[in-house]
Amino acid sequence: MSSGVEITRPEGAIPLAQKYSGLSEEEVKKRIIAYNPPADSRFPNQNQTKNCFQNYVDFQRCVRLRGEDYKPCQFFERNYKFLCPTGWIEKWDEQLENNTFPVKL
Amino acid sequence: MSSWGQLGFQDAGSYFMEEFIYFHDFTMMIILGVLSYVVVFLILGLTSGWVDSGFVEGQLIEFMWTIFPALILIQIAFPSLLLLYLIEDFSKSFLVCKVIGHQWYWSYEIKTESSELLASVDCYMLPREDAFGMRLLLTDEFLMLPINVPVRILVTSDDVIHSWTLPSLGIKGDAVPGRLNQLNLTLNRKAMFYGQCSEICGANHSFMPIMLMGVYSWEFFAWLDRL
Repeated sequence: MSSGVEITRPEGAIPLAQKYSGLSEEEVKKRIIAYNPPADSRFPNQNQTKNCFQNYVDFQRCVRLRGEDYKPCQFFERNYKFLCPTGWIEKWDEQLENNTFPVKL
Repeated sequence: MSSWGQLGFQDAGSYFMEEFIYFHDFTMMIILGVLSYVVVFLILGLTSGWVDSGFVEGQLIEFMWTIFPALILIQIAFPSLLLLYLIEDFSKSFLVCKVIGHQWYWSYEIKTESSELLASVDCYMLPREDAFGMRLLLTDEFLMLPINVPVRILVTSDDVIHSWTLPSLGIKGDAVPGRLNQLNLTLNRKAMFYGQCSEICGANHSFMPIMLMGVYSWEFFAWLDRL
């Protein structure tokens, strides 16, 4: 699983998600939701606003420095997509397009 | 949900709420013990009619009534602080669910691994005639979460401050615009849990309830597919 937990199953065993949902293995993999952005010691408390924003900014900076195809940038992308509400992401994307994003990337 | 005339807590729906109830019972036992002790001696003292004019100090008794309450308070503090830090442990979560408060409904977003898929549901309160007698509690859609899975809930708001509360889960988090508040939740049984907005947010503040259903993991996947 993407959260870092490795599960070993006996030969021929079907994962429960696949067995009970009736989806194929690829479909189940596409729907995996068991990802938790890892604990970040910079943001240990209840307020995770900066965690979400920092991952978004780090992704944008990573992509500008290394290009869109640089795989490690996907870590930040995944984190901000899981943490940030869609409305915030859309607003920031719009700000980036209009050159009004408040952070210098 | 509460029953008519209910005085105590609702049955616990999460492991943290079970611990809160144990801690509450433990502290209540101490409180009642101390209260009985104090009331008995107060009544005895007021009704005895005896006065000791030479009694101006008593080193031993003053020492005792300082030390014993301090020890009792330390006994209460240990489980209290333990619980306080336990509920803030977010490293074990498997699932992230975003809760967004609006005027006057809640919406939930669950992200899937694949970037294109995002499950989102808006939950409006059902009117009185459709609520099967459970007025102010039922919504047209509800959030489903898998049981026995630690879930990281991130609460925010789109407009004014709301508060996402589920008393039977021992969970409450303010939905503040521009802020993401993190809550930890692990459901312990399959059931329907109810809550209501807990921060005044306008005309329909009383009419934006929360409904959460605990289900098995595969039922949760099936629900996500239907969204």
